[in-house]
Amino acid sequence: MAASSQLFERVERARRRKHKLRDDKITLAHGSGGKAMHELVEGLFLEYFRNPLLEQLEDQAVFEVGNGSKPTRLAFTTDSYVVTPIFFPGGDIGKLAIHGTVNDIAMSGARPLYLSAGFILEEGLPIADLKRVLESMQSAAAEAGVTVVTGDTKVVEKGTADKIFINTSGIGVIEMPVKVSAANAQPGDKVILSGTLGDHGTTIMIARGELELETEIESDSAPLHSLVSDMLDEAARVSSVEAIHCLRDPTRGGVATTLNEIALSSEVYVEILENLIPVREEVHGACEILGLDPLYVANEGKLVAIVAPELAEPLVERMRRNPYGKHACIIGEVKTDPPGIVAMVTGFGGTRIVDMLAGEQLPRIC
Amino acid sequence: MKYIDEYRQGDIAARLAEQIAALTDRPLKLMEVCGGHTHSIFKYGIEDLLPPNIEMIHGPGCPVCVIPLGRVDDSMSIAQTPGVIFTTFGDAMRVPGSKTSLLGAKAAGADVRMVYSPLDALKLAKKNPDKNVVFFALGFETTAPSTAMTVLQAAKDRVPNFTVFCNHIMIVPALKALLDSPDLKLDGFIGPGHVSTVIGTRPYEFVPNEYKKPVVVAGFEPLDVLQSVYMLVKQIVEGRAEIENQYARVVPRDGNRRALEAIFEVFEPRDYFEWRGLGSIAHSGMKLSSKYAAFDAELKFSVPGLRIADPKACQCGEILKGVKKPWECKVFGTACTPETPIGSCMVSSEGACAAYYNFGRLSKVAQRSASPS
Repeated sequence: MAASSQLFERVERARRRKHKLRDDKITLAHGSGGKAMHELVEGLFLEYFRNPLLEQLEDQAVFEVGNGSKPTRLAFTTDSYVVTPIFFPGGDIGKLAIHGTVNDIAMSGARPLYLSAGFILEEGLPIADLKRVLESMQSAAAEAGVTVVTGDTKVVEKGTADKIFINTSGIGVIEMPVKVSAANAQPGDKVILSGTLGDHGTTIMIARGELELETEIESDSAPLHSLVSDMLDEAARVSSVEAIHCLRDPTRGGVATTLNEIALSSEVYVEILENLIPVREEVHGACEILGLDPLYVANEGKLVAIVAPELAEPLVERMRRNPYGKHACIIGEVKTDPPGIVAMVTGFGGTRIVDMLAGEQLPRIC
Repeated sequence: MKYIDEYRQGDIAARLAEQIAALTDRPLKLMEVCGGHTHSIFKYGIEDLLPPNIEMIHGPGCPVCVIPLGRVDDSMSIAQTPGVIFTTFGDAMRVPGSKTSLLGAKAAGADVRMVYSPLDALKLAKKNPDKNVVFFALGFETTAPSTAMTVLQAAKDRVPNFTVFCNHIMIVPALKALLDSPDLKLDGFIGPGHVSTVIGTRPYEFVPNEYKKPVVVAGFEPLDVLQSVYMLVKQIVEGRAEIENQYARVVPRDGNRRALEAIFEVFEPRDYFEWRGLGSIAHSGMKLSSKYAAFDAELKFSVPGLRIADPKACQCGEILKGVKKPWECKVFGTACTPETPIGSCMVSSEGACAAYYNFGRLSKVAQRSASPS
């Protein structure tokens, strides 16, 4: 027992040590949202660009501009979209490029205002495809109440990009005294999920057509700013907007990665209950076949909120009245010990650690 | 999900756990041979439900874990040959060779692609007639039939640019080697489920007959595993040593005749095959038979074929035999982590070390906070 506790201290030390980039080449694992990506971001990018805003490693930077007693708080973010295939059930790369950036702004509690859009187009891309993408961006932007106010286009030789890559940046304004941060989770808080897990990632995996599976799963790509706005409103009504402690959209790396980031930043233990986590039947089935865990699969229209306990029930009620929060529910709670760890009580009655993935989620062979 | 959820019911598990605890308080060591079981045990937290006197030992049935360094290097050497598309199951991408992994080779320019089935590799070969498509065949009798069927298909369709780098292994010689190991102290075995759908339960009969150890062939859902533990403990308590089949809904006693025929048609046993950590085991590996030599990547490409010793600090061998627990290895969790694996047991989620690292820490952490020592 003494030996094993020493061991686990050793493991915890290893887990917490500073991210160092050891690789000498970029591999796909560096883009997968797991530990390899954290090593790249913290071990390399941060070393060169370090500043107090970037250091927080939130999905957006929040800063104040203007003088006087009432400066304006702004949220600023950027994201690139390289999904393949570019059209998939429930969406396309254009819709994703608007929603992803709108959501990253919204997760700061901000109202999204303006977007930029940069396009890298591969020689030979059918104009008809580009039109389809632009139409979809147009309607997604209209729904989200944002306007694309600046842009850029580059065309590269065939084979040096894959059809179309899009970068969008966005800016929004924070109009309430919101204080959300991955470092802000507190023991006693409840963990809220806005809907079913894994729809987007599973859709893409199947749409690639390598698996010859036919399902009716669709990407959940959706703008979440109205849901966040409802949540802030409800929080203000019940107690205060400050009762919402963390807001994140669990995209790459899924809910497991998001919760791990929160547990580590806030130095808390997060416990979720498998039985409470909503997963669509088809997604569950596809994941069983593919050997994947929905907890690690990407979402594009879901959010995780960590909130003060007294706010949890009314907040979930309110979220369910929003079309993008219909299946909102409480999936767990924040505790003190052991800090930095996420665990799940399985439907079977055991408990297991839900760690960040090392790299890509690779299917098991048997 | 129908036919799955039935095997994951927590209330039944709790009752079963009580029944297991009521059987005996004798300390027992049970080995689950198959990596799939190890994965289930950790994924569902099954150890939390077992009484403290029952200890699960995680055996060598993780194909990715037992592939030796030299063979991984050979795979990389083939993958780096100009004009080769090297296809592999996702699991094998991160397995470290002596210098890098397939993921690293891919980043350095090799055309390595993940497939879900060897048939996908064959399709790729037909689509790219100017390339040599190689399939990295890994696994026990579970995956061997699909490789065999693919080779038969390739022969039928006369696909000249498709070959197989064959690393298929057999469970029974490995079990025998384990049972003959002098430092092994086990009370019974949870037998592999998927392997047995192919080979049946007959090949394990030597375990109770010659070694007097009980075997229960088990399914992979958590209730399957728990029920198998119950059956195994019951045998031990009643002084029986028999083969029992918990997974009868899938495993017939004589296995799958067609799958076995395909294996016998396409493969022949190697005189010796090296297992990581366990050393060389006679007749434990398969290679393509001379009739299908045209599809043998080892004959088509020059592979270094070197035997490379495991890193000194790595104790995968002792861990695979169940002699040591993952945490008794000096590099576990420090130098050897899922991000930077030294030993293969840390790579696959079926590997005992990775399973322990990823899923197992909590109960230990809880114990630690409960008893400040």
